[in-house]
Amino acid sequence: MDYLGSGFLRALVLLFSGDPETYSAIITTLEISTLSIAASLAIGIPGGFILGYFEFPGKRQIRTISDTLLALPTVVVGLFVYAFISRRGPLGDFGLLFTVPGVALAQTLLVLPIVVSLTATAVESLDRRLRLTLITLGANARQIALQTILEARFAVLTAAVTAYGRAISEVGISMMIGGNIKWHTRTITTAVALETGKGEFAMGIALGIVLLSLALVVNAILVTLRRKR
Amino acid sequence: MKRKNILTLGLSLLCLLFLFSGAVTAADRVLMMATTTSTDNTGLLNDLGPMFKADTGIELKWVAVGTGNALELGKNCDVDVLLVHAPATEMKYVADGYGVDRREIMFNDFIFVGPKGDPAGVKGKSVKESLTIFASKKIPFASRGDNSGTHKMEISLWKDAGIPLPDKETWYIQTGQGMINTINIAAERDAYTLTDRGTFIKYEANWKGNPPLEILVEGDAALKNQYSVIAVNPKRCEKAKYDLATKFSQWMASPKIQKAIADFKLMGKQLFFPNAAK
Repeated sequence: MDYLGSGFLRALVLLFSGDPETYSAIITTLEISTLSIAASLAIGIPGGFILGYFEFPGKRQIRTISDTLLALPTVVVGLFVYAFISRRGPLGDFGLLFTVPGVALAQTLLVLPIVVSLTATAVESLDRRLRLTLITLGANARQIALQTILEARFAVLTAAVTAYGRAISEVGISMMIGGNIKWHTRTITTAVALETGKGEFAMGIALGIVLLSLALVVNAILVTLRRKR
Repeated sequence: MKRKNILTLGLSLLCLLFLFSGAVTAADRVLMMATTTSTDNTGLLNDLGPMFKADTGIELKWVAVGTGNALELGKNCDVDVLLVHAPATEMKYVADGYGVDRREIMFNDFIFVGPKGDPAGVKGKSVKESLTIFASKKIPFASRGDNSGTHKMEISLWKDAGIPLPDKETWYIQTGQGMINTINIAAERDAYTLTDRGTFIKYEANWKGNPPLEILVEGDAALKNQYSVIAVNPKRCEKAKYDLATKFSQWMASPKIQKAIADFKLMGKQLFFPNAAK
């Protein structure tokens, strides 16, 4: 039990003393998750919009696949991406294995289904009359699309937060693709796994608390954003 | 119009990704190593890495995995050099053309640890006698079960003792985890386990010198644990940095670093014994 107490103290010390190893892990974590979230939003929001807004053959099947992929296990994504970006894999020439962009690429695949499915649901659940109203007001196709996304913005924001939560908390991909390399690809979660592996439980808990604080900050920012609606 | 926008955005993001990766690979004085958990968990590499950088200007990056996994990373050309400890497997690895220039660097030894008070009564016995006691009395025994160097050693010890591997026995706990985790599991389950001495000293240090497990079997000639450096074969892997790997191998065998390895201590105890050929 005393791990928890000493872990909490350690967390405070690490954060406020500016421990370089801890901050390197925090920065790497933020770097990777920001890259992967940006990429998954850029692909996922338009994708989710198309899936939720238009009617086309195969739509339901794509939806089912996307919903199934919500349960994608991180180690499976890790293994799959490893096979592609290993130097002997088809994308081996890019040298992505054991690098930050490599991890971000795999995480993008992990969180993309979350963004797609939640955005599609958000667009679907909008009032159907919105479209009619917009047409009556003389909006063109592009304006209709933009306005629809704008109406669904809070639900889309929720999708982004959910995806972000999944990205910063996963360990399987970061470990397999990143390799937990000190000063380079060591993230908070892989550092926790390492410290546990070394039997330094208090340090592991301290890093866990650091990660929770990060999540708290992100959510606090979002709450403020929502208030401003 | 919209679709075009998406396409441009997606493409520019991809470019960004590759730009990042380009920045990483551009620094080609980086040596990528796959190594076993014991060299990392004990903190040895945290000392040696910066020294290597200071001496040669080459940055050493490493991933710490089981020896089996490390060899596999070498086979896939994902690393340049290996620091591993499973001599028999390594020889075959070199013979099969995956690695070259195997060089012995240092050793420590494996030990059997078990609950304080030694309920099975194996203290001071030989490896063969101890394993026979574990198997006949069905004493809980924690095995790495992860194809690591330690796991390979354990399998060969059972084989040498003439006991079939107790794979499905209820008293045989296969953790599938790293060494310290396996020691922790052994402590929780009152089990015995095989560990390298370095990791156990680290474990003792975590418990401030008063751990729930103690060393019971040691000193048997069968328990030597040899660590070697192997360069990934540049003929198979064109991108492997063979020159840097060679430099690392020579550096590890140099008198200065051999002494640094001998001087690496935890709680006043030496963890690794250098034995590179002069």
